Amino acid sequence: MLSQPQPQPEATPVLEISGLTQHFGGLRAVAGFDLRLEPGELAGLIGPNGAGKTTVFNLVSGFYQPSAGSIRVSGVPTAGLKPHQVTALGVARTFQNIRLWNDMSVLDNIRVARHGRLGYGFFHAVARSRRYREREAEIDREARELLEVFHLDRHADELPKNLPYGTQRRLEIARALAAKPRLLLLDEPAAGLNSADIQELIRLVRWIHGHFQVTIWMIEHHMDVMMELCERIRVLDFGETIAEGTPDQIRSHPAVISAYLGDETI
Amino acid sequence: MFQRYSIPLLLTVAGGVLVYVAKEELVNLYILSVLMFMGVNVILATSLNLVNGYMGEFSCGHAGFMCVGAYVSSILGVLLFSGHKAFGAAWLPAELAVWGFPLLILAGGVAAALAGLLVAIPSYKTRGDYLAIITLAANYIIISLIENLDIIGGSRGFMGMKKIVNGMEETVALPWMPLWVFAFTIFCVWLLRRYLSSTFGKGVMAISQDEVAAEIMSVNTDRIKTITFMLSSGLAGVAGGLFAFIVGYVNPGSFNILKSTEVLVMVYLGGMGSLSGSILAAMLFTVLLEALRPLQIIKWVVIPLLLIIIMQFRPEGLMGNRELGDLFPRLRRFYRFK
Repeated sequence: MLSQPQPQPEATPVLEISGLTQHFGGLRAVAGFDLRLEPGELAGLIGPNGAGKTTVFNLVSGFYQPSAGSIRVSGVPTAGLKPHQVTALGVARTFQNIRLWNDMSVLDNIRVARHGRLGYGFFHAVARSRRYREREAEIDREARELLEVFHLDRHADELPKNLPYGTQRRLEIARALAAKPRLLLLDEPAAGLNSADIQELIRLVRWIHGHFQVTIWMIEHHMDVMMELCERIRVLDFGETIAEGTPDQIRSHPAVISAYLGDETI
Repeated sequence: MFQRYSIPLLLTVAGGVLVYVAKEELVNLYILSVLMFMGVNVILATSLNLVNGYMGEFSCGHAGFMCVGAYVSSILGVLLFSGHKAFGAAWLPAELAVWGFPLLILAGGVAAALAGLLVAIPSYKTRGDYLAIITLAANYIIISLIENLDIIGGSRGFMGMKKIVNGMEETVALPWMPLWVFAFTIFCVWLLRRYLSSTFGKGVMAISQDEVAAEIMSVNTDRIKTITFMLSSGLAGVAGGLFAFIVGYVNPGSFNILKSTEVLVMVYLGGMGSLSGSILAAMLFTVLLEALRPLQIIKWVVIPLLLIIIMQFRPEGLMGNRELGDLFPRLRRFYRFK
């Protein structure tokens, strides 16, 4: 088994992408993507459908291996790493369509996300060694604390599939944070939420950003969410960056307007 | 206090009764052998449920791993404690067999666990139907290999284990086989229960429910799959070893796809993802097989028919993803298993 590379201390950018390119057969999904995320940033990624946003996230989380270019998480190149190794470096994510483990209790969903730092293996588990008992007690305590701060503690023993949609979204974010990431990737967290839930989501993301001191990078279609939250937004169209800037700059950027609404000239 | 020790106490009493009954010959040998097959079937069904029920893969080659265990335990036993015309005299005195026996069974289990790699390694990249085909192929590879190894009897089979069991009973007058079958059955269920209730083992369920999410949420899926397949096939090997020593004779033909199907029926009868379901179903099925014995060959029409009926009317099986504790909440409150 490959030894897990250790993330380097502070100061280095949380995420450094250069020349990232991904081809699917003849389709060029992402081309020459560059990015630097400093610790504590809250950045956004937008673009029309099929622009390659989720592909970028899949590349960063190690689910795809890039055709070209490099990704560094906390200074460590992720080329050749499996997704769970990338997660152990400090990247956690949520999915566009919620992917919880639906037949496992809410508490277990959180606990399993601690797999990267379990600290014991099969033989400890079946022997119920001292290390196993200590680690399990700690994991259980941390998981319950996390559920509590997310106001999910009263659902601890329920199955996620029986929870309302908005609560499932919140649980998925909580599960991602259970992996103790330095970088949190949110893939359309507001998809399918009603306007009240969206207001709550905005508060939640802002609170997570401060409380967990985590760098957040999010994809979202709801522009009001992005305008409220992000300091910096990147716009992607057909795999290429067409604009970058503050929310106000993006709102009035001609390339963005034409990408979303089409050209004025017919 | 009572909660904590009641289960070990109950099991010790049950084991004691079993040994007493067997020693005093209060039940005839036929009933005793049915009880022993029950134990073997419990091991087979629970260990297959680990893969098919908990991990959500479809293994239909379980009998292949049972075969590896059966042959390795038997050959090692004969080699060490009784001697064989092809291998020469015994390497160790026959009196040691009493102590060596559990090690023989465990050695069979270890060998079967290694054979499990045959399925575990392809499972990193393959799943679902394709992996099912691989498990089927693994079953055939193992059977064909043994059929063509003439030194251990090829398709004629291998024997000489009865002598070892008789020797053990001469050395210390106890009904060793029922005792060990009982002990290994408990060991198997205990091992699976501990594995599956740990956060580490819950990774198995995470893989079955959403493998992509599991991998991305820090579960080392390759490692979990390797351990799970090896544990499952290793326990099948233990069951095979016990089976070989109960019957006293093994031949590759008894570990073919028909045997694998038999175990599948037990798992589906009991319910996927339920250890207590598999235990109940394995016991029920063993009794059913014996009860249907007068039907002779028609038995093999009735049993597959049973599978069709289960799938039609109760696809989740007897217990479907629940344990005894879920059915009897008071039992659950009493024990608070962790």
